[in-house]
Amino acid sequence: MSEFVEYSLLGLLSGGVIALVALSFVLIYKGTGVVNFAVGEVMMLGAYFYYAGTVTFGLAPWIAFALSLGLIGLLAVAVERSVLRPLSGQSAVAVLMATIGMASIIHGAVEAVWGGDTYSPPTLLPRTPLTFGEILIPGTVLGNFVVAAVLIGAFLAFFRYTKTGIALRATASDPVTAAVLGININYSQRLTWVLSGLVGTVAGVLIASSAGLSPLLAAAALGVFAAIILGGLDSILGAIVASLIIGWVEALAAGYLGGKTRDVVPYIVVLAILIVRPYGLFGTRTIERL
Amino acid sequence: MRRGSAPMGYPDSHRMDIATPAAVRPAGRARPGGLALSVEGVDLRFGGIHALREVSFAAAPGQITAIIGPNGAGKTSVFNTISGFYWPSAGLIRLGGEDITRVPVHARAALGLARTFQNIALFGGLSVLENIKLGGHHAMKAGVFSALRYGRAAREEEMALRAAVERDVIDFLEIDHIRHLPVDALPYGLQKRVELARALAMRPRVLMLDEPVAGMNREETEDMARFILDVQEEWGATVLLVEHDMGMVMDISSHVVVLNFGEVIASGTPAEVRRHPQVIEAYLGTEGAAA
Amino acid sequence: MRTGVFHETFVAEERLWDSTTTQRWMLAFTLALFTLPVWGTDYMLAMACIVGIHVIATLGLNITTGNAGLISLSHGAFLGVGCYTVAWLAKHGVPFYLTLPAAGFVTAALGVIVGLPSLRVKGLYLAIATLAAHFILTFVFREWEAVTGGVPGTSIPRASLFGFEVGGDRRVFYLIFACAFAMAVAARNLGRTYVGRAFVAVRDRDISAEILGVNLLRTKLLAFAIGAFYAGVAGGLLGYFYGAITPEYFVLTLSVFYLAAVIVGGLGSVLGSILGALFMTLLPELLRLAAHASSQWFPAVAGLLLPMQQVVFGLLIIVFLVLEPHGLAAIWARIRRTFHLWPFRT
Repeated sequence: MSEFVEYSLLGLLSGGVIALVALSFVLIYKGTGVVNFAVGEVMMLGAYFYYAGTVTFGLAPWIAFALSLGLIGLLAVAVERSVLRPLSGQSAVAVLMATIGMASIIHGAVEAVWGGDTYSPPTLLPRTPLTFGEILIPGTVLGNFVVAAVLIGAFLAFFRYTKTGIALRATASDPVTAAVLGININYSQRLTWVLSGLVGTVAGVLIASSAGLSPLLAAAALGVFAAIILGGLDSILGAIVASLIIGWVEALAAGYLGGKTRDVVPYIVVLAILIVRPYGLFGTRTIERL
Repeated sequence: MRRGSAPMGYPDSHRMDIATPAAVRPAGRARPGGLALSVEGVDLRFGGIHALREVSFAAAPGQITAIIGPNGAGKTSVFNTISGFYWPSAGLIRLGGEDITRVPVHARAALGLARTFQNIALFGGLSVLENIKLGGHHAMKAGVFSALRYGRAAREEEMALRAAVERDVIDFLEIDHIRHLPVDALPYGLQKRVELARALAMRPRVLMLDEPVAGMNREETEDMARFILDVQEEWGATVLLVEHDMGMVMDISSHVVVLNFGEVIASGTPAEVRRHPQVIEAYLGTEGAAA
Repeated sequence: MRTGVFHETFVAEERLWDSTTTQRWMLAFTLALFTLPVWGTDYMLAMACIVGIHVIATLGLNITTGNAGLISLSHGAFLGVGCYTVAWLAKHGVPFYLTLPAAGFVTAALGVIVGLPSLRVKGLYLAIATLAAHFILTFVFREWEAVTGGVPGTSIPRASLFGFEVGGDRRVFYLIFACAFAMAVAARNLGRTYVGRAFVAVRDRDISAEILGVNLLRTKLLAFAIGAFYAGVAGGLLGYFYGAITPEYFVLTLSVFYLAAVIVGGLGSVLGSILGALFMTLLPELLRLAAHASSQWFPAVAGLLLPMQQVVFGLLIIVFLVLEPHGLAAIWARIRRTFHLWPFRT
């Protein structure tokens, strides 16, 4: 029984970080309508920048972290300008393929520069584990969860209460009207991409410092797609709940069925969800205006 | 403008008949004729919005019926319900006496229901001819394997479709000079005509036209009006029309239904509707109706 | 100088190669390929085989993604399914003219299973579902040792026809060439009939297509299944060519490779599939040769080959999407038009 509790707890906590990555995806989808397949790669790149900052250049962890955030932000702006704006007239399929192309470029570049080995960048959070009787929770897992929770809470508040947040939501739901009302939609969309990149970087650094850094990190994001489908593509709340569930299921699978199955389980979940409840738990069933 | 039966004067146009095998050569210009369409007590809600309230009317077979009303009155909702995109919470749609309320959208084509859209819905990746040929999709029977081989069944069906489309639709609507152009390259008026052509290629018994002359000038409107009248006369199809151009509506329709806020507020002949006080107040305005 | 072609019957107009000039070029091209084993080097022959396999796979993906607009990330894994199916059947003595279609149908059936739930919703869900399918399939490749031989892989016996072995690159070449030719013609035929038209209609405006009587779910499933069939056959031929295969070959990068081939070649165009496959096959070879040549000055370059490929594939996808969405096929058409109208300007 305590095994079950331990696995569940670990799973739920790691679900928090999955939620961060899911947030990164849903931000873009809600904000610009683009399905971003490069979510994992951006996350990975941010982690590698952090690694380069701390290990290669010997900077203090927090400074390196801030630098990697800045670099990813710049990259997001560059990508939005050079790739997404020219493609804005084309179909969703074309843009999706462009993000697949982006993912490939980033992945290849990272492997070319840093190689395929696994590194261990220093953590930003304390490592002390937490014990409940027989159950051991590593400090990093708990720390990641707390950071993720704080960040997600901040975003929810941002979208609800701040002027910029509401402007972003307006741009997402009706860019033309938003523009007419004086909202700078170019700026809004660019900001959305930057925010998404920053969130991804945080997630990447958290995962890298607790689980190690290698090009396989991007693959961790693929499990996020399971969470996104389960939660419904455009619902932040849904993404959060679904991420926790996915994290929990993954941990149970890894614990009871062995480590190899951990990777496959989210995908089986995806297909199962699509068969049973394709719009996910919280997704909106769109009524198209004809 | 030609009204009619002789094909465009290509001297060798009879060769088209030689190219198509006897088995599929259509017999003369026989048309199936129009069906009656009736909407009975249809009630439609979207969440909090009550789009249609107990809407009932009938389109007599072979006649032109128009639906008019201010924007947001529910005209396109009626069309979408008849097409099958919405299932009403109450009421029925009858086509030729049969209840089709819950028939899937794609199955209604084979029953004889065709439709054009307010905003042009042509397929940009295809040429004019290919767009029109898609109108014949519901009648294509050759299987996928025959198509992959381009075997006899697929080939003959394809040639018969081509001959029928050229003769009955392209010549009829005078668009033979643009048939191989990509639809994106066409001006608006011609695109509307191609959309009508595609609907005709379905061999409809009921043809629904959603604002067919929106955005057209006087001359284009008259051309389109004459085509619609030709369709009704030669094809015998029932035509259901949504339109804002009162001149055209009053000229060509034999029955008019007026919607406002999802309700039918008047129906009758154009002359009766034009004088109806509620219609004047809600839509037409005082000082008489537009021309 | 030929500015156009004049036809007198519809039958003539619908022909695949509609003018005598085009027919002569096709004949010359076919003859040249047919006699390649005679005048070409072994290297060229091997390359031609690989190009042929890639052509078939790209044709399939172009039907699914180019024509019907459905993004598939599992195309690489589908090749694996075809390959392992052929391997297993061939080991039990089944001749190639049965194993290849079987591989195609098995993969197509798998495609239907993957596509059925996701296509009921949006086409985009299919992309995610195919991603999931990819990982599940590669997991199966690695773990189902009884059939696939697991991580070390498996060998494929030579294709045989009544005991006559299709061994050696020469004979495999003819097998691949025949399949590629037939399947390219089949893809063109789809475009000539209502099936292909329905695919494009579903891609461009599915609501309109529904009104015209197109059954959306069935049409999308068909497009996906046909694409999967092509992938299965390509995978089977891959097995016959290499003689042995490991799961490492069927990675996600392979799916991205085919996606790039489709975009570079031109979405929805059969000629585009051929040009795209050719381009994408020669490109890594060029990269390899360049790396080899420059390894004297940059010894580390050799190790960068695989990641460089990923970068290049991604770049190609983006560059072509932004600058020339209709791909090499459009560029080719432009060149042809220039020749037709020379010395006049286009």
